[in-house]
Amino acid sequence: MDTKRRAFLVSMAQNVAIAAAGGILWSAYIDEAKASELLLRPPGARKEKEFIKMCIKCGLCVEACPYDTLKLAKPGDDKPLGTPYYIPRQTPCYMCDDIPCVPACPTGALDIKSVTREQDGKRVFDITMMRMGVAIVDIKDCIAYWGIQCDACYRACPLLDKAIYLEMRRNTRTGKHAKLLPVVDPDYCTGCGLCEHACVTEKAAIRVLPREVALGKVGSHYVKGWQKSDEARLKGSKGIQTTVTPRSKKSAIETLNEGIDFE
Amino acid sequence: MSRLYNKYRFLILRRLTQITILALYVGANYFGWKILQGNLSSSLFLGKVPLADPYAVLQIFATGALLASNVLIGAAIVAVFYALIGGRAFCSYVCPVNMVTDLANYLRRTWKLDKFEKKWWASRNIRYWVLGLSIVLSFLMGTAAFEIVSPISMLHRGLVFGMGFGWAALLGIFLFDLFILKNGWCGHVCPLGGFYALIGRYNLFRVRHNQPNCTLCMKCKEVCPEKEVLYMIGKKSQIVDMGECTLCGRCVEVCDDDALGFSIRDYVKKGENNEA
Repeated sequence: MDTKRRAFLVSMAQNVAIAAAGGILWSAYIDEAKASELLLRPPGARKEKEFIKMCIKCGLCVEACPYDTLKLAKPGDDKPLGTPYYIPRQTPCYMCDDIPCVPACPTGALDIKSVTREQDGKRVFDITMMRMGVAIVDIKDCIAYWGIQCDACYRACPLLDKAIYLEMRRNTRTGKHAKLLPVVDPDYCTGCGLCEHACVTEKAAIRVLPREVALGKVGSHYVKGWQKSDEARLKGSKGIQTTVTPRSKKSAIETLNEGIDFE
Repeated sequence: MSRLYNKYRFLILRRLTQITILALYVGANYFGWKILQGNLSSSLFLGKVPLADPYAVLQIFATGALLASNVLIGAAIVAVFYALIGGRAFCSYVCPVNMVTDLANYLRRTWKLDKFEKKWWASRNIRYWVLGLSIVLSFLMGTAAFEIVSPISMLHRGLVFGMGFGWAALLGIFLFDLFILKNGWCGHVCPLGGFYALIGRYNLFRVRHNQPNCTLCMKCKEVCPEKEVLYMIGKKSQIVDMGECTLCGRCVEVCDDDALGFSIRDYVKKGENNEA
């Protein structure tokens, strides 16, 4: 028996086993530590899965933020360590026109393309393009839904009448007043959180949530027949294909009227 | 006074660079200084030059993400600097954890713990396993694996942006180094140190041993945080050629016999150990 060879193989196996055991513990921790569905990321942030890959945790976006909106997650915050986030109820995003935080990102985890558009052959910043989250109204705890006049969130919204508009509804309790209800349009809402910051209730009745969490998805099988652009999706589709048998070639009524040949 | 200076000149220099760099980052966050913004993971020097941790960038690469050019240029600048000039000097002149582990090591010596403590043996190659593992896990888990646990980033980011419970990790390292394993973190486990040991293997500045002057007092080995790199002491005149040497210069300071000093590697001369 070659003992040298055996010793080498055994020590190698030991090393690999220790590395594997350590790797399992380590990866279990990472799996826990990076789970963060409910976190609001800075403007221009890529989808969470991409963002958590690319963010190098340098804090340059945090330093660029003039309102100290952005924070870096500290140990004990129960958020992926060192990554930037904001809590709108404490400090919302004031939607700077020049968006200092996004170009500060060295890795591209904050995607500059997502907040700029082409204008006269140049790329210009457009903060209204950002989609950090979406505001959701809790209609049981919003006092406007009680019939009390409050338009704090509506007034605070930087995209007033677009991202938040007021809908009038008869107040059946008093019989002679209107309720002015704030409604959020997710097509315009950037998730800045000025509404949540302005909300007068003890715990905000309008809150910003990540779009992935808050918004549903219709799926491609619904087509808006009244919208030309959406109907264009049907172009070139062959409709529903079914199995064709000698009997099903004709319609049911035709077949019945012909009488059935039992030959 | 001058004797004191001679005995601690590199230590003073290292503390100065460590604290200055830290202060510049802290100043950038709290007072808007534009000299060094960001933190050790990635930063902006003088508001223009990007700098980035090449090891962190390597992990992000492993996740499969395509990075913007800024951070790649930054990582290249840092990697080339340490490969040509700095060697593993990051560990002893920049890294803030060095101050924590040096304190543990200092207490170890003054309390003479080595004489009484139960001895644990651990391979100094653990760091290379951790290094490899961090790349594999970054690939599998879709996030930079070491960056999410790194106590270096935790301490540095903590000092610049707010500490949270980060002090607990540092206390852990301090106690580990003090009571469990001598030079445990920096000398055995830390993959960032391993990374710089690999890329700084052939840098310009090296410590050189002058064997005829050596009286075998072994003060250098006593104080060296990576004492296996001093394998030539009393045996052979040559440069300290192992990448694990952090160029901290403690051996040069403690040597009373002028047998150790900084010098420049002679790339031309034959013989891999650069014998003098």
